[in-house]
Amino acid sequence: MLQIPMSIYERMIEQAREGVPFEVCGILGGKDGVVSVIYPMTNTDASRDHFMMEPREQFSVVKVLRSQELEMLAVYHSHPETPARLSDEDLRLALTPGISYVIVSLADPSAPEVRSFKISGGKVGSEKLIIVND
Amino acid sequence: MILNVNGKKAVIADKESLTISGLLDVLNVSDPLYVTVELNGDILKRANFDGTFVRDGDEMEFLYFMGGGRG
Repeated sequence: MLQIPMSIYERMIEQAREGVPFEVCGILGGKDGVVSVIYPMTNTDASRDHFMMEPREQFSVVKVLRSQELEMLAVYHSHPETPARLSDEDLRLALTPGISYVIVSLADPSAPEVRSFKISGGKVGSEKLIIVND
Repeated sequence: MILNVNGKKAVIADKESLTISGLLDVLNVSDPLYVTVELNGDILKRANFDGTFVRDGDEMEFLYFMGGGRG
């Protein structure tokens, strides 16, 4: 289960829309499955169908989270034109253990879809996403 | 040798120095080819993992690439 405040949920969708036609990405931090901070990140690939976070930004975010006694709970990215599912490449590069993988799909631009996944033992499972008012 | 790895103290027994590759191995880091390493604030090139040594007191951070594609 991943709980996300409405403001952060909307910020992810806003970022995805701003980034069209490219994929956008970021990190969600918090504690015990409850997201409290969002860090939009640079997609160094600047691509329609691929993303790669900038390492220096990653290190910076990890250190900030640690200083606030928070954890990296999820990595999110957008699919500008395809459904909210993990691609084979997403799975291959989902290497950070224990975190959630959130996808924001704009396949239907008027009705964005956000889904979260967990990967365990090479198997992908859909994760319940709870959006709460701030 | 005592290091700070990802913000935590790491005691590497019986070693006064170790390459980055060796340290990742000692730490049982899976998929080390997909790891980015920062040593004392500097991000290392992968080509230097075998030739860069960590020593007592060094601060090392590592994390996995975060990417994906064909979405």
